[in-house]
Amino acid sequence: MDSLFPVTLTLNGVIATHEVSQRTTLADFLRQTVGLTATHVGCEHGVCGACTVFVDGRIARACLMFAIQAEGRDIRTLEGFAGDRRMEVLQRHFHERNALQCGFCTSGMLATAHQLLEGSPDPSREEVRESLSGNFCRCTGYHAIVDATLDAAAELNAATVAPEAEPAC
Amino acid sequence: MKAAPFDYVRVSSLDELGELAAAYGDDAQVIAGGQSLVPAMAMRMARPKLLLDLCDLPGLADIRLTPDGLEIGAMVRYFELAGSPLVATHAPLVSTAVPLIAHEAIRSRGTLGGNLAHADPASEMPAVMLALGAVITVAGSTGARRIPAAEFFIGTYETALRAGEIITAITLPVALAGRRVAIDEVVRRSGDYAAVGAAFAIDLEGETVTGARLAFFAVCDRAVLAHKAAAALCGQRLGEIDPAPVLAALAQEIAPVADLHNRAETKRHLMKVLAGRLLQRLLSGEKSTHG
Ligand SMILES: Cc1cc2nc3c(=O)[nH]c(=O)nc-3n(C[C@H](O)[C@H](O)[C@H](O)COP(=O)(O)OP(=O)(O)OC[C@H]3O[C@@H](n4cnc5c(N)ncnc54)[C@H](O)[C@@H]3O)c2cc1C
Ligand code: FES
Ligand code: FES
Repeated sequence: MDSLFPVTLTLNGVIATHEVSQRTTLADFLRQTVGLTATHVGCEHGVCGACTVFVDGRIARACLMFAIQAEGRDIRTLEGFAGDRRMEVLQRHFHERNALQCGFCTSGMLATAHQLLEGSPDPSREEVRESLSGNFCRCTGYHAIVDATLDAAAELNAATVAPEAEPAC
Repeated sequence: MKAAPFDYVRVSSLDELGELAAAYGDDAQVIAGGQSLVPAMAMRMARPKLLLDLCDLPGLADIRLTPDGLEIGAMVRYFELAGSPLVATHAPLVSTAVPLIAHEAIRSRGTLGGNLAHADPASEMPAVMLALGAVITVAGSTGARRIPAAEFFIGTYETALRAGEIITAITLPVALAGRRVAIDEVVRRSGDYAAVGAAFAIDLEGETVTGARLAFFAVCDRAVLAHKAAAALCGQRLGEIDPAPVLAALAQEIAPVADLHNRAETKRHLMKVLAGRLLQRLLSGEKSTHG
């Protein structure tokens, strides 16, 4: 049995202290220690993107970080996006476009798409494909996922354009 | 796919790092972004007993202009390189190289120092360092050394770093007025390691090529400069460039070796295609500089 060490981090907005063994990855910590299972674990070596979470506000592979390295860091998982408008719009369009079948890749896709739209609100199809190229989907195929991301971008942009002034009667 | 047990320390000074590195010897390993080391540990190809995390070491995360050039701290992460106006102005080749590396989520964590220390022969940054004539500063218990990039990369995953030393900074001479730079690579999928890649820096005085540093990666056990090809380019005039002698010299001096995915002949062909393409892009006569 490995010895346990305390790690204090901000997890989905709440400061928390947990006991971890030093070789526990952030992904295993989130799923097994904390019980946050939106973060999936596929390849465990950085290739598939299923474990993508936000570290200090940027997407990162939770399988390529040990939980102990998260000391003092701000970690946000998909669970932490409840109520986030951009994420909700993305989720709805993934649903409407059938952009998931088994759902294994979905949280990683959503996290990556969220970061893309944050920096590039009106991406081209090529940009979306490039940005999602580090996330593997093994069952749905990518078309619907790219479509859903573009649809979400369109809706979010429509929402941010000021409504035209009502014509004076 | 779980790492073997280890101890973990966030070091706060070079002295502390030196002491722990000396006490643990080969069993100690530093961790920067972890984007190469953690997969290696997961596969148990690396089994350090002590991980020395550099993330809190002061002074390693800055980008600043010094009299010697642009100084980039070893712990500067890829996304910070990509977003830095100083890098874009003084070392645009670095900015254009970053998007070729892996994917956004990996670029959030991976560091320039970690990349160079890892010395993957198919990695972009070692070639960029050669093309720009970078100097790599390393430090250990016996003090600091400044190593030209051309002497730093020795072989696959092998560098001039000695036991207990770390990279602390990378210094890039600032871009000259007449400099044109470009990087490109052949990859199976976006974000993969290159099948063959090239990073060029070419200096012009007026219309004449006065200097060239043509670096290649994923062709042999390390990034390499093609000196003879560069010599064949010097003296040629913009808009009238004859690539033939350059490519002939290249074929003579670099004999690509096969890797897991590509035969040597494939690489030899791709190297020539890529070099021709970059020369065309840089020297066709258009005034565009960076790309
Ligand atoms: C899916 C995937 C795709 C990738 N694709 C590419 C790619 O296309 N091109 C590419 O170049 N890379 C690629 N990488 C690797 C990535 O660029 C790594 O970030 C980089 O190779 C290592 O940097 P790091 O900071 O993560 O170092 P770490 O993984 O922390 O360390 C790597 C090695 O360097 C040593 N080290 C780290 N910092 C220092 C230092 N300052 N001084 C001395 N030694 C040090 C460590 O002990 C270790 O041996 C990929 C990685 C993944 C997971
Ligand atoms: S599980 Fe982390 S990238 Fe595949
Ligand atoms: S929905 Fe099954 S892997 Fe993408």
